[in-house]
Parts: sequence; C-alpha cells; structure tokens
Amino acid sequence: MTDTLDRAPAPEEQAPRPGPVSRLLGHQLLWPVVAIVVMLVIDVIAVPSFLDLRVQDGHLYGNPVDIVRNSAPVMLVALGMTLVIATRGIDLSVGAVAAIAAAVACTRIVESADEGAASAAILACTTALAACVLLGVWNGFLVSVVGIQPIIATLVLMVAGRGLAMLVTDGQITTPSNDAFSGLATGFVLGLPIAFLIALGMVVLTAVLTRRTALGMLIEAVGINPDASRLAGVRARTITWTVYVFAAVCAGMAGLIIAANTNSVNANSLGLWIELDAILAVVIGGTALTGGRFSLAGTVVGALLISTLVRTIPSIGIPSEANYLFKAFVVILVCLLQSPRARAALRVRGRRAASSKAVAA
Amino acid sequence: MSATTVPNPTTWDRVRTYSPASRYLPVVATFALFIGMFGFGGISYQGFFDWQVFLSLLLDNSFLIVLAVGMTFVILSGGIDLSVGSVVALSTMIAAKTMEMGWSPYLSMATVLLVGTLLGTLMGVLVHYLDIEPFIATLAGLFLARGLTYLISKNSIPITDETFVELAFASITLPGGYYTTWTVVIALATVVVAAYVLARTRFGRTVYAVGGNEASAMLMGLRVAVVKVGVYAISGFCAALGGLLFALYTLSGYSLHAVGMELDAIAAVVIGGTLLTGGRGFVVGSLLGVLVLGTIQTFISFDGTLNSWWTRIAIGVLLLVFVVVQRLMTRRQS
Amino acid sequence: MTHTQERGVTELPNDRRPVVEMRDVSIAFGNVQALDRVSMRLLPGEIHALMGENGAGKSTLIKALTGVYSIDTGRIVVGGEEHEFATPAAAQAAGISTVYQEVNLVPNLTVAENMLLGREPRRFGGINMGAMNRRARATLERLGLDINPGSLLGHHPIAVQQLVAIARAVDVDARVVILDEPTSSLDAEEVQKLFDVMRRLREHGVAVLFVSHFLDQVYEIADRMTILRNGRLVEERMVAETSQLELVRLMIGRELEVLDRLDRDHGRAAPNSATPVLTAVGLGRKGSLEATDLTLFEGEVVGIAGLLGSGRTELARLLFGADTADHGGLEVRSTRRRLRSPRHAIDRKIAFSSEDRKAEGVIGDLTVADNMLLALQASRGWLRPIPSATRAKLVREYIQALDIRPTDPNALMRNLSGGNQQKVLLARWLITEPDVLILDEPTRGIDIGAKAQIQTMVADLAAKGMSVLFISAELEEVLRLSHRVVVMRDRRKIRELANEDVSVGDLLEIIAGETRQTELEGPA
Repeated sequence: MTDTLDRAPAPEEQAPRPGPVSRLLGHQLLWPVVAIVVMLVIDVIAVPSFLDLRVQDGHLYGNPVDIVRNSAPVMLVALGMTLVIATRGIDLSVGAVAAIAAAVACTRIVESADEGAASAAILACTTALAACVLLGVWNGFLVSVVGIQPIIATLVLMVAGRGLAMLVTDGQITTPSNDAFSGLATGFVLGLPIAFLIALGMVVLTAVLTRRTALGMLIEAVGINPDASRLAGVRARTITWTVYVFAAVCAGMAGLIIAANTNSVNANSLGLWIELDAILAVVIGGTALTGGRFSLAGTVVGALLISTLVRTIPSIGIPSEANYLFKAFVVILVCLLQSPRARAALRVRGRRAASSKAVAA
Repeated sequence: MSATTVPNPTTWDRVRTYSPASRYLPVVATFALFIGMFGFGGISYQGFFDWQVFLSLLLDNSFLIVLAVGMTFVILSGGIDLSVGSVVALSTMIAAKTMEMGWSPYLSMATVLLVGTLLGTLMGVLVHYLDIEPFIATLAGLFLARGLTYLISKNSIPITDETFVELAFASITLPGGYYTTWTVVIALATVVVAAYVLARTRFGRTVYAVGGNEASAMLMGLRVAVVKVGVYAISGFCAALGGLLFALYTLSGYSLHAVGMELDAIAAVVIGGTLLTGGRGFVVGSLLGVLVLGTIQTFISFDGTLNSWWTRIAIGVLLLVFVVVQRLMTRRQS
Repeated sequence: MTHTQERGVTELPNDRRPVVEMRDVSIAFGNVQALDRVSMRLLPGEIHALMGENGAGKSTLIKALTGVYSIDTGRIVVGGEEHEFATPAAAQAAGISTVYQEVNLVPNLTVAENMLLGREPRRFGGINMGAMNRRARATLERLGLDINPGSLLGHHPIAVQQLVAIARAVDVDARVVILDEPTSSLDAEEVQKLFDVMRRLREHGVAVLFVSHFLDQVYEIADRMTILRNGRLVEERMVAETSQLELVRLMIGRELEVLDRLDRDHGRAAPNSATPVLTAVGLGRKGSLEATDLTLFEGEVVGIAGLLGSGRTELARLLFGADTADHGGLEVRSTRRRLRSPRHAIDRKIAFSSEDRKAEGVIGDLTVADNMLLALQASRGWLRPIPSATRAKLVREYIQALDIRPTDPNALMRNLSGGNQQKVLLARWLITEPDVLILDEPTRGIDIGAKAQIQTMVADLAAKGMSVLFISAELEEVLRLSHRVVVMRDRRKIRELANEDVSVGDLLEIIAGETRQTELEGPA
C-alpha cells in the first residue's frame, strides 16, 4: 500500500454560497442556453420572420415548433443515453435499435388486417417496444452479467442490428399508411406537436422516477464508484441492466417517431448516427462521459441545441448537410470545456495537480 | 542462493522457448475459421475452390484491409477510431473533385494522403494532449470528415482522369492465368510494412506497451505521446489510402460512400484476435479478419437464397463470439 | 520557523560522497503540507531504508525525487549537480530508477522487452531481437536470476515481475534504485531472492532506497535509514545503532503518548454475553485465506493483528460476502447462512468498512448526506426512498454525534478530509443499525483527533451490545480496544488470545513466530 495523501479541499470550495448572479454564471447550462439564443438571434437576422408562429386549424406552425418537434427523437435517445452514461456506460446500438423498432412497427401495420385502424398502430407500436425491451435486456446482459465493456458490448448490436431490421422488413422500404401512426410525428395535441409531447412526457416520467425515488442517487453512486456501491449493498448489476433496457425503449420510441415522420422505414438509414447526436446532447448537457452525476434538464437543452443548430444552418445559407461540420466543432468545444487537462492548461497553478494525476492514473 | 548456471542457448532453445504459442492462439483460431469457411464454401458451392475466388476476395476488400491495418494500430494502443469510414468518403471526394478540377492524379492522391494524416494527427492530439476519450475525439473526426465531404459536393462525382482509370483497371497477370490488381498489391504491402513496424521497431513495441499499461509505459520513460498521436496519424493515413483504393474500386467520389465502414474495420480487427482493450494482437490477424468478413459476403453472393443482410448479422454474431471469448480469457488471467 | 533542519544526521565516511542529496524539500497539495523541509542523502553502495507510517510522506518524497511531482522549495542534488526532474524519464536519464509495488511494467510484452524497451539494440532501424534477448539474459544472469527473457512478463508471478523491474533499472546503469514497498506481496522465499539481488546491487556500488513496512526486513538488509513523520524529517540513523523499539518510537512519536491518555478508560474485561453473533467455521478461499474458525460474541471487540498480506483483510471480506468463500461457512446467530454478496451480509445486519477508503468507500461526487444514507437506501431498494424528514434527522444526528466537519450535509464528499470521510463511512454503517461491524483499518491516514474519536466510538458501540471486528496495523490500537485478539500470519489464523496482560511485544513475537529480544516489549 502506498500512503495516499488526502487532497485537501480547495479553499474556494469552502467559501460561502455564491450569490445568485455568480450562481447563474457558474451554472453548467448557461453556455448551451446562450448558444441556443445566439443561434436564434442569427436566424432572426438572416430571416426576420424566423420566429413567427402561425395558428392554423388550431395548431401551431413555424420554425420554433419545428425545432422542438425535430428535437424529439434525439431527446428520447439522449434521455436513455444519459442514464446509461451516468452508470459509466455507453450504448452505441441505439441507432440500430431505433431502426429495428421502426421496422417491426411498420411491418406489423402493413401486415395487419386493417392497415388504417388505430388499433393496428397501437398493437404494432407495443410489439415494437417489446422487441426493444428484449434488445435492451441483451445489451444489459452483456454489460452487467458477462462483464464486457459497454462500448464493446453494444458494438455487437450496432453491427448486427441493421441486419436484423432488414430481416424484419425483408430488405424493403416499408411504407405503412396509418393515420394514427403518422400522427406520432405530425399530430398535435393542445396545439403542440405530439412527438415533442411524447419526448417531454418521457423526460418528466424519468425525472420523477429518478429524483422522486432513490433510483437517481443509486445510479449516480454506481457510476461514480462501482466498487464502493457494491460494498454498500447497492444492486449495481440490476441497476446497470435496467438502464440499458430503458435506453433501448427510449431508442425504440425515437425510431417510431422517425418512421412516422416519413411514413416509411429504411432499415439502412433510419436513425443513422443518432447515437452520436444523442451522446453529443448528453455531453452538451453537462453529464460527464466518465459517469456519475447526470442532468436530465441538461440533456433536454442539449437536444434542443442540436435541433436548433440543424435548423439554423440552412437558414443562413449553408447547405444543411454541413451540419456535421458544425457538430464536429461542438463536440470538440464541449470536450475542451469539460476536459480537466485543457482547463488546467489555462491555469498555471493547476498544472502540477493535473500532471501528477495523469501519472498516478 | 547459488547463481543458477544458464547454459548458452542454442538456436533450438531459442526457437523452443521464444514466444509462447498462447499469444498466437487467437490468430490461429481466425486462420482456422477462415480455412474452415473457405473449405465449407468449396464443398457447398460450385466453383468456389478457385484461386480467382480468393483473389477476388482480396480485390473486393483491399480498402477494408488497409483500414483494418490502421485500426489495428489504434486498438493495440488501447484506443478506437470511429472516423475511418468518413475519412474514406472524404478521400474519394477530394480525389474526385481535385481531378475534376484538372489536378494531376499524383498531386491529388498526395493531397488525399496528407489530409487523412492531418485529420488523424488532429484526433491524436485531442486524445493525448487534451485527454478527450478516443471515441469522442474520433466521433468529432467522423462528423468533421463527413461534413467536409458534404461541403465539397452533395452529389456523386465520377472520376474520369485517364491515368487514374488506367491504374484502376490495370491488372497483373499471375502464373496460371490468374490476375489481380494494384490495389491488392498496395493493400498487402501495407500489411507487410505494418507487421514489420509493429513487430520490429521501437515505435511498434511502444504501441503494445501503451496498450498494455499506459501509466507504466510513461513511468518506463517511453515516448507515449509520440505513439498515442502517431497511431491516430497512421490510422488517418490508412483511411486516406483506403479511400484512394475505394476510389479506384468505385471510380467516384460520394458523400455517402463507406457509411458504417468503421464498424467493419473494427469487427475485422476484433475477429482477427486483437484485444479491444489494447496490447494484444497482430496485423496479420486483422488481414484474416477482413478475409473472414469477405468470405461471408462471398458465401451470400454464391448462395442465391440468402439475403445481403445476413452478412451484417453474421458479422455481429462472430463479433459477439470473439468478444465473449476475449472476455473469458482476460477474466481467467486476472 | 525558518531554520533548516540539521538534527539527526549520521556521520558520513570520508571516502563516500552522497550520490543523491535532497535538501529542505517542501511540497504542498492545496493547503496540505505533504513535505515540510525534508532532507535525505543516499550513498553509493548502501541500502537505505525510508521509514515512516502511512501518510508520513514517503511516497511524496520518492515522487519528488523521480520527477513525478515538482517541488515547491528545496534542492535535489544528484551526482554533484543540482536537478529538478520534470518527468520520470528525466530522472531515469540521470540514473534514478524506481520499482513500484504495483509493478510498472507492461504484462503483454516479453521479459527482455520490458527490460530494454526504449533502448533496445537495433539493426537496420529495426529491433535486433537476438541481441536484445542476449543482453537481457546477461543482465539477468549478473543478478543471479534464471528467467527466460523471451517469456511474456504477465505469465510470471508478481515477485518475478519485480525482479525484472529491478533488472530493467540495473540495465539503465542506474546509480540509484528505489524500491517502493516491494515486499508486501511476496512470500519469504521471494523476499530472500529480492534481498540477494539488492545485495548484488550494493556490491556494484548502487544506492538502493528501500521502503518497507516490515521492520525485520529493514533490520536484515538496510545500512542506514531516514525516518519521516507527518511530512517532516525525524532523523537519519544507522540501522545497527538503532533498536526496533527506538525506531517505532521515532516513527510513531508523539501520537502514541496522546493516544495513551485514552488507555485504560475502557476496561478490557471480557463482556459477559455468551451469545454468538457471527461464527466462521473453516471459512476460507483458495489463494487468500486458509480455513479459519472465528466467533464474535455480542458486545465484544475482537481485534485482528497481523501484517499486510497476513489474511486479515481477506478474512474480513469473506465474513462480509465481498469475496465468496470456496470452503467453510458462516453462522449468523447460530443459523447457517451463505453470503453470496455484500447485499446478503447487510440483510443479516453485518457491516463492513473497507481499508481502501478512497476506492471502496467514498462516493466522491455525492453529498455527505447521500454517502451516509447509501447503505440504508440500498437495502430499502430504490422504490422506497427514505422520507426527507427521516433523512434530515438521521444525517443531522450523525454529523453531530461523530463531529463531522463541515457540518453541511450537502457538502460534496470529496471535499472532506480523510478523517471526516472515514466518519461519514462509519455513519453509513451505523445508520443501518448492524449487529456486527467489521472495521478494516478505520484509522489509517487520518488525523489524530479523528482517530481518538473513532476509537472511543468503537468502545461505546461495543458497550451497547454491538460486536466489532477491529483490524489495524497498529498493534497498540488493537490492544487498546479489543477484548480478544486474533493473530494472523501467512493467510491463516495462528493464535487467539484474551486481551489480558498482552503487550505489543507479545503480539510481535507471535506474528514473527519466534522469540525476540526483550527490548521489543511495547512502550511502558
């Protein structure tokens, strides 16, 4: 055993509580929110009518509505990803899972006796989500029971998943015609898009589940220190397993919304790279990839930021496909802001602590 | 304690004691798998047992071989590179666009290789100096390369440069009436060079050391920084080279080329017996891994009844088997 | 206090100049002074022991010398030149090599590569494998080691890996070899092999800096020693001129006297309960603990004395189900139980505080309150959160009872000092109201005040009927608190004795397994 020095608390951490202004300035969501506002301002400068809302048939239309509606799939996937990442995991298979869910739902609808009936859509979606539960159980099994690193374990389904989706659709681009189903993406309730309401509903449900029960605390404990959690009697395995199932269900819902939006499923391209967008949203929201403390609000903001970005790019005259370029810069920027080493490089005094930590690690 | 007398080792002693077989076991397993699959194909399908089938296997997968070589470096060092598929697309696009603009094909190819290497170096810097997780840093690379590709052109650009097309179609006749192309030669040469670098150079051995235990490698005074940035630079270079081979194969530049090819490359490396956690594996294994993937595809094209998606499922299953076996092996050791 | 510390320095022979001289080196981490004007000299051709308790600053001093930490003030002179090494590589280049307890080599390369990587013989730009293996073999032979240079390092036991690490250091033509607790996981035979190699190094004029917890080993091998306490230099001594008792006093110093005041406050008379709470019957696990019998009675403190690696921690982990036993069994209140995980143990009202506070106890990014309530919450399950009123009450109660600072329940755990973290972890277990409390080194590396509080608390808990299994490397502490003492060695229980007129010396004798000089009797 080497004698370990207990690092003393840094003086500023014992300082009295900061005032409201400095609390706001120090809040982790400040910069993402500022970024969204800045983008919206740029949009308004480029297209003065950008923020205009119209009411048509009792529904809201306009760019802001599109932004929140289009953020729904990423928000859902990112929601599940947040909990997975909080347990020190990662789920690369969510895009494939989304494709499988969409494939199952669309195929079931097309095959049902009455293709247009709402009951067919409900049954199909339920079947699809049940399939997602199975896929989540599979991922969770590999991670928590077999003990394979999450990135590797979920890679298996990421590779095979689209093949499975094509197996379901028989390689065809399946196009169901079912109003109830397409309503998932295009419908409105109380003037708001259903897709967004679903995502928001899931966020609220998750928030209640994690913060009103002890689940959130236990997830964070497992993510911060798995060994200590196990010794404190936390059922780390069950918790880890559960979050992978949850992530798969969230991904499945996202897949359904995407398929409903286009009324079709292409197993090869549906939800392509959505895992990356989701991880990006989580990271923007301030949940560290190293696990531990997570922020659901942050994830919501992250998803909205991505959606705003995607909408902003064409509005200022750049081809919309270039959004990948911007995402790349966002990834790097966010990581730089979060990287202890990059931050330490900015502070001279912090240098030693960082370098010694790097060696000790 | 009396000093044990060690007799001067004979050559036989060295042959006998050097490198226990367990290190090669995964590669041997992959080789056996490949032979078995090829043999099975030969029994099941008419005309499968032809050297030309094997040569086509190399030809159709030459770019993947090169990608897998670069990926092997990265994975051996304990990292991962998600950007290679996008870099392939970017490379085909740069090649097509510059040649369309009338650049010399050589200048164009040199540019491609330079851009790929630079992108890789950039990711390596993010990983090592800024402590960003490899998969996030290369995710940025994935987005960046794909975004640049779209920025150059949304549509497919055909490559019509005469020299380039000539190179694409030039075939090398082998004894026995078989033929192959330069892409295969380049791919195999890459494997040979990489194998030498990994086995016999200080850089290569340091790659293994970093993958085995980075903190130790640092304390041993090895040049960890050079290696960690270097492997991503190599992977970027290989992705660019693979992109050129892909351009030779498809004679076009397109922003939707090579979507998900990074997964194939990773799968090939893992199936080739390289430990995803780093430190163990061989380039030859990755070559065999690619051949196994290619054989699955060949099966499916020989067997009219199977659909193409079975390829992905089969790759997934193989990946699973190797990953689980690796896990059980490392668990037993620790 | 601006004067330099010059006390307690041994005479140097005229013909030997120090190869390393560290003068008045200070290092602070935040507001903790890890090293306070410490000086140390290493002579060529000597084995120099660096002595001190956990937290004395040994590791920090070594890391300062080898370029892992940079120093705030002071000088490091190596071979007559002043140096400050920025990296381990720079220190190595100056001839200072370090062999750590957790061998810092790479297991997936061969022995020869591990010895020579970074400076392998090359031919035509590539590594000349034949020449490399020959050179490695020659170096190994020089040290009297019969290890196949072509074999993978990871296939060898830790002891051999450490010898290879030393061989690597020797091959660099090291002038100084630092051995940081190399013996803690070696068996007696392996230790002798290591000592052989160390003696050969000494013959070759190398300065060997040896860090070990085992006093016997120091007395067997070392020539001189530097003793640190709480980040300060206590004294530099010739080993032959210092008795073990004196050494222990120098290492522990004032603390002993302070704690002595606690002594005798709590009677050590055996509790009158005869209700067995936890019984181990032939409990064991291959490779870590031989079959062990042990009974804990209600209201009793049982101390475990033994060195690192004696099986003391292994026993605790088996009793708690942190590791699973492969033979023997457990009885909880006379009922046979199988503990497959900590979870089962907690359900049976057993609690365990690990010796590795940082890795196995503290959840750094959660608040003090969450850390305290973790075990209780885990046993209730996530669906039944502890009502916030109960939460607040429990947390307030324990912060007060254990005198935890800061008193803010929402402070992040990682910002607390070691002693306060330890108290929070104790609170975590006390909140679950256990029948059996297993404490593995609960007072290690924490300040003296917290130490005294924890000791008092253990005695109080036992008085209220809890059974406590108390493990500590500090024999005085074990004796002070325990009703019964179990002595462990070589992964098994070798003696169990009632704590009546037992002295530290008696315990040392039993641990050492042989009779020693009478001067080893504990401090009167």
